[in-house]
Amino acid sequence: MSQQNPDPDDFIHSEEFLHHLMRRQLRLSIACAAAFLVLLFGLPLANYYAPDFMAQRVGGFTLTWLILGVLFFPFVWAIAGVFISRSMALEETEVHLAADGNAKRNGNGQNNPNAPDNGDAEA
Amino acid sequence: MPEPASFDIWILAFSAITVVVTIWMGFRSAKTSKSASDFFVAGRSVSVGWNASAISGEYLSAASFMGIAGMVMLSGYDALWYPVCYACGYLFLLLFIAGPLRRFGAYTIPDFAEGRYDSPAFRKIAVCFVLFIGFFYTMPQMKGAGTTLAYIFPGLPYWVGVALVGAVITLNVALGGMKGITLVQAVQYWIKMFAISVPIFVLLSVYGGYGENLSLNQSHTDLASPPAVVETVAPASGSESGSPQRLDLPAAAPTDADWLSPFGPLTSKAAEAAGLTPEETKPLSLLYTFSLIVALVCGTAGLPHILVRFYTNPDGAAAKRTTMWVMILIGVFYVFPPVFGVVGRNFLPELYEATGSKGPDKVVLELPMLIREKYGILGSILSGITCAGAFAAFMSTFSGLLVSMTGALAHDVYGRILRPSSTPEQRLRMFKWCAIFVGGVSVILGALVEPLEINFMVGQAFAIAAASYFPLLFMSVWWRGMTMKGAATGMLVGGLCALLSATLVNASTLALDKGPMGKLFAGFDGMNDFWKVHPLLRILAEQPAIWSVPLSIGLMIVVSKATRKTVPEDIRMKMLVLHAPEKLGLKQEYIEEQQVAGH
Repeated sequence: MSQQNPDPDDFIHSEEFLHHLMRRQLRLSIACAAAFLVLLFGLPLANYYAPDFMAQRVGGFTLTWLILGVLFFPFVWAIAGVFISRSMALEETEVHLAADGNAKRNGNGQNNPNAPDNGDAEA
Repeated sequence: MPEPASFDIWILAFSAITVVVTIWMGFRSAKTSKSASDFFVAGRSVSVGWNASAISGEYLSAASFMGIAGMVMLSGYDALWYPVCYACGYLFLLLFIAGPLRRFGAYTIPDFAEGRYDSPAFRKIAVCFVLFIGFFYTMPQMKGAGTTLAYIFPGLPYWVGVALVGAVITLNVALGGMKGITLVQAVQYWIKMFAISVPIFVLLSVYGGYGENLSLNQSHTDLASPPAVVETVAPASGSESGSPQRLDLPAAAPTDADWLSPFGPLTSKAAEAAGLTPEETKPLSLLYTFSLIVALVCGTAGLPHILVRFYTNPDGAAAKRTTMWVMILIGVFYVFPPVFGVVGRNFLPELYEATGSKGPDKVVLELPMLIREKYGILGSILSGITCAGAFAAFMSTFSGLLVSMTGALAHDVYGRILRPSSTPEQRLRMFKWCAIFVGGVSVILGALVEPLEINFMVGQAFAIAAASYFPLLFMSVWWRGMTMKGAATGMLVGGLCALLSATLVNASTLALDKGPMGKLFAGFDGMNDFWKVHPLLRILAEQPAIWSVPLSIGLMIVVSKATRKTVPEDIRMKMLVLHAPEKLGLKQEYIEEQQVAGH
């Protein structure tokens, strides 16, 4: 970076890029968290308002014991799996977006040395 | 009956092997870890598989291995929230904190606090909480150690076990640092997994399945519909032939219906002590449950000794994959401990009558001995295996805590605050002295808490983390308007409130103890009369997360708004480093900018 200071006007450093980036990430995180929280806080409420339904026997377990003691774990793994694959895809998109944005803004195609995926992005 | 008069050779052998292997691996890797960076974050190059096993190994503490089973046996359904939230709290870490923190790149949370707000003063505040949470979390580990040794050597005083285990681990950490620990932790995860699952499969094959054991307990609903009842509770105790029959419950045990149903003894204790009717009790129990959930889920995301491990992955994608694997590894593990509690209720009910290190907290260790009557030596071997698992549990968690607390003292307090000009050699020497100091304090604290439940104490450590680090990390990552003053006020007030109320509840519980601790804490006995009159306050003090987390976040917002002129000037760059994909290389650029500006 000694010969070329980062250009404060380039796309990666713009307010627009950051705002967009954080909003997309937060939206994904909140969507996944919501799916989790519905079950997490819904289960005590179900126990509270429908105790007989939750106490019915399923293979010896009470329904609520089966959900909390066993089924909860795979549910959370599924959310985590979805989140990880989505967020990795999101990162890929952002890298391309940043490269595109820079290319547009610089006009003459002067590549940002920090965006290694420039070639792919323009393809 | 499974009450060995002297120690059992199998149990001793398995435990000794675990300890010797742990120490040997520590010493062996001590030879290869030389530089200061090796000591603090293992040179930052640990593969996903190893790191996930190591995080899981460190995370599955004495609370997970022994405490959950004991608590499920004692309190039933409500205790299931602990394993579930211990495992699921990781999801919050993954969703909101793990990625950004990793991109920002810093050795410890105090590093993050300083870097995010350009404030060395804030680092000092953040360091305090590494120690607060750490010490709270070591107490239950020490109780696990004391309980296990008292089981292996009947007659050995509880505090001797605490001191012995504390000394061994402290030595190990002082010599090996974290590089040794990563390998040790990873191996210990697999020891624990083996030790919790194999005995339970054998026990279930002898005593009937998980569901079958649960069905021996009748809920309110079962009692209301008589035709559904097939299995009757046999009054015979000690009959050894045919299909296993449940033993009589002592008077100290909760009734079937209370035990099996939600809002049982764990969450309704305070309200019942106050003499409230069941209708009045139930909303308070619901409140207790919600507060517990908030504490455990947010607390996981703020545990300092877990977070530091995210930095040992080579990149952010690997850190995410690691978290996924951690969730699977610990999720599978957490299905098993409650089974011990369920079977223990049916077949080892005499534990209800004992307290301290002789009570339900040792059900995991003792339950396998039951099959000795039928299968002889196999019972001893299985009990030896669970003892080995218990050793792995408290040794690995205590090691991890010791590393992060010692790191905070040596790296932050000594290296940055007291003697910034110290050489790497001096810091390494200091690391060893700090380890000995922290280990010593932990042993003293651990010796005090014999009457408290292991799992309950861990829950409190989580509540403190939930009200201090979680708001700090969450808000710092997602809200650019945060100022140092806002972050510090919120973290300090929220965290200290949770710390004080948890300590107050513990002290008043210890005052009820009939042993020496009761005398030591007798001054707090008056609190118990107060709790009887104010059950709601008791619940809010015992489970403070439901008010301390919003308090902390609220203060952060209000104070930050009031001091918005002091938002760091390069906040946009900081946010970019936290959020932009690592491929864009902003981190490197940021470091260079800082160097140009600073020095």
